[in-house]
Amino acid sequence: MVDEPVIEAKQVSRYFLAAKKGLLESIFRREIPIVRAVDNVDITVNRGEVVALVGESGCGKTTLGRMLTTLETPTSGEIIFKGETMNEHNKSRFRGKIQLVFQNPLESLDPRMALRDIVVEPLERMNLTSAEKTSMFENALSYVGLESRNFAYRRPSDLSGGQRQRVAVARAIVSNPEFVVLDEPTSALDASVQSQVLNLLVKLHKNFGFAYLFITHNIAVARYISDRVAIMYAGKVVETGPTAQVMTHPKHPYTQALLSAVPTTENKDLTPPVGEVPSLINPPSGCRFHPRCPYVMEVCKTTEPPLRMSEGEEVACWLYK
Amino acid sequence: MTAQSTELQHATLQVHDLSIVYKTIYGELKAVNKLNLTIGRGESVAVVGESGSGKSTLGLSIVRLLPGNARYSEGGINLDGQDVEKLKDRDLTRMRGSSVFMIFQDPLNALNPVKRIKDQMFEALKTRNEREGGSADKESGQRELVESLRSVRMPDPELILNRFPHQLSGGQIQRVVIAMGLLMRPKLLIADEPTSALDVTIQAQVLKLMRDLQREYGMSILFVTHDISIAYAISDRIIVMYAGEIVEDGSTEKIIRKPLHPYAQALIASIPKKSKDQGDLTTISGSTPNMLNPPSGCRFHSRCPFVMEKCITNSPNFIENDDRRVRCFLYGG
Repeated sequence: MVDEPVIEAKQVSRYFLAAKKGLLESIFRREIPIVRAVDNVDITVNRGEVVALVGESGCGKTTLGRMLTTLETPTSGEIIFKGETMNEHNKSRFRGKIQLVFQNPLESLDPRMALRDIVVEPLERMNLTSAEKTSMFENALSYVGLESRNFAYRRPSDLSGGQRQRVAVARAIVSNPEFVVLDEPTSALDASVQSQVLNLLVKLHKNFGFAYLFITHNIAVARYISDRVAIMYAGKVVETGPTAQVMTHPKHPYTQALLSAVPTTENKDLTPPVGEVPSLINPPSGCRFHPRCPYVMEVCKTTEPPLRMSEGEEVACWLYK
Repeated sequence: MTAQSTELQHATLQVHDLSIVYKTIYGELKAVNKLNLTIGRGESVAVVGESGSGKSTLGLSIVRLLPGNARYSEGGINLDGQDVEKLKDRDLTRMRGSSVFMIFQDPLNALNPVKRIKDQMFEALKTRNEREGGSADKESGQRELVESLRSVRMPDPELILNRFPHQLSGGQIQRVVIAMGLLMRPKLLIADEPTSALDVTIQAQVLKLMRDLQREYGMSILFVTHDISIAYAISDRIIVMYAGEIVEDGSTEKIIRKPLHPYAQALIASIPKKSKDQGDLTTISGSTPNMLNPPSGCRFHSRCPFVMEKCITNSPNFIENDDRRVRCFLYGG
C-alpha cells in the first residue's frame, strides 16, 4: 500500500502570549513573554493509519491536535488535508471530514441536549431531513454498541462514563470523517471500561478505515492502538517511527527515559529522568532535553538537532549522525 | 499462635470488621462491608479497585476524614494502638500528625494558598518537635526544611521555600506535601491516587521516593490506586477490592503473576500489553454494581465467567490458598 497522507503538518508552530496584552502594554510597548507551545513540528497521518502522539503534560500534544482539527490556527507553517492547504477562509469546509473526541465527555457533551441531537449536530450543514438524521443516529449508535431506542432522548448525565465516551465517539463518526483526533479518550475511564472503548475504536478503525491521531500519555495504550508513534518533548517531536520499533528500541534519550519511568507489571525498578520539564517561555538552547540528558555533548548545548532518518525511523538527536 | 500475636503487636494498622455507611436520599449505601485488614510495620500495601469499590472510603475512614453523611456502622480501626473512632478531637489532631499522614489526589487543595511554603512546612516541623519534646529554632529548622525538600529531589529548595503554592507546578506541590509528611515521620502514610495528577516521569520520582522512605524509616504505606502497574511498583502486598469487599489479598508478585479471583484476573488481563493486530483486549462484561442494592451472594457473580449455582445465593468467605486469602467458591468453601 502506498502511503497516502490524509493530513500533513509542515513546520507548524503555535505561540501563545503568556499574559493578556492590555492597554498599558500597548502604550508602553512592553514585551509580553511568548509561550512556544508547538515549535516547528512536522507530522503526517496516512490514510487508514493510527498515529499515537505521546508526551507529558505541557509538551504541546493537545495544541498540535487542536491545530490539526482547525480549532487552533497555526502561528506559522501549514496544514494540508488531502493535498489542500487549510486556512482561515476554507477551514469550515474540512470540518465534517475531521473530527475530535475529547478527554472528558461530561464536559464535551452539552448536558441539556438529548443524545440524538448531540450525535446528529455535526450533520447540521448537510440539509438532511429529520428522518435521515434519525437513521444516521441509529446507525452511529449501533456502531458504538449502544441501543438507539433506549438512548435517543436521554441526556449525558443519565449515562455511565464509558457510555458517554461511546456517545462522543458516535458523534465523531456520524459524518463519516476521514481523520479523527482522539485526545486522551480513555484516561478518565476505569481499567475495564478503558479496554471496552479501545476495542471499539480499533473495530471502527478496521471497519471504516478512519485515520486516527491518538493523543495520550499512557504508553501501554499507545502501544496497543497505534501503527506509528511520535514522541513530543517541550513543543518538539523528538522521535517518530513504527510503534513496535520505538517501544522496544527507543533511540532518543528522552524516549528511553520516558519508557523506563512508566510502571509496568514487568519492571519494578523505575529509573525516572532527573530534573523538571523545561519552561516553554524560555526553552533551553540547542537540544531542549540537554539539561536532563545523560549523554549530553557540547554540540547539544548550542545547536538544535533536526529530525533525521536513522534506521527506519526519525530521531532528533546528535547521537545519531 | 505465638507467631500470630507477635504479628499483631507489630501491626501499625488493624481494621476489624469495618463497615461504613453513607446516608443518601435514595437510602443507605454500604461503601465498605465487614472489612478486615492488618498492615505491619514497614509494610507497603496497595489497595486496587475500580471507582466505587470503596477503596477511597477505606483510606478516609482511617484518618476520620469521611464526609458528614458517612457513619462507622460496624467494627473498628486500631491505628498504632489507638481506637480511631473513639478519639477526641485533640487526640485526633495529634494522631493525624504523628501516627498517620494522608496524601490526596489533588495536591492543590492540600496547601494553604495564602501562606508561603516555608511557613506551612515549618508548622509540620513544629508539630513533630512538640511531640518529641525538641525545640525548633528558625535556623536549624530552615536547614531541615531545605534538607527534606532535597530528599524529594526538588530543585532549588531555598527558592521554593519562599514561594506560594500557586507559583509551583502540580508535581512540585505534591513533592512539598510529601516532604511535609517526611518531616512528620508518620508510622503510616496513606496515599489516595497521589500520582494521577502527575506526569509519568514525576510519578516515577514520587513512587521511588516513597519506596525509599519505607525502607529507610520503616514507614508503612497504604497506597490507594486503580492502576495495577503502579500498585506493582509501590507495594509488597496487594489488596483487590470489589463492591466494598476485599476479594483477594496476597503478595504483590503472586497476585500479578497468578491472580486467583476472577475479578482480579480480569483486572490484570485488561492492562493493554499487546498491539491491536494481536486481537482485542480482555474486558469485564456488565458494569459495577449499584451499591444501594448490592447483588446477592458473591457480588461479582453477574459479571463472572465462572459463575456457579451457589455464587448467586451464598456469599463466599475467605479461603486461604497459595499464601493468600481469596473470596471465591472456585477455591473451596
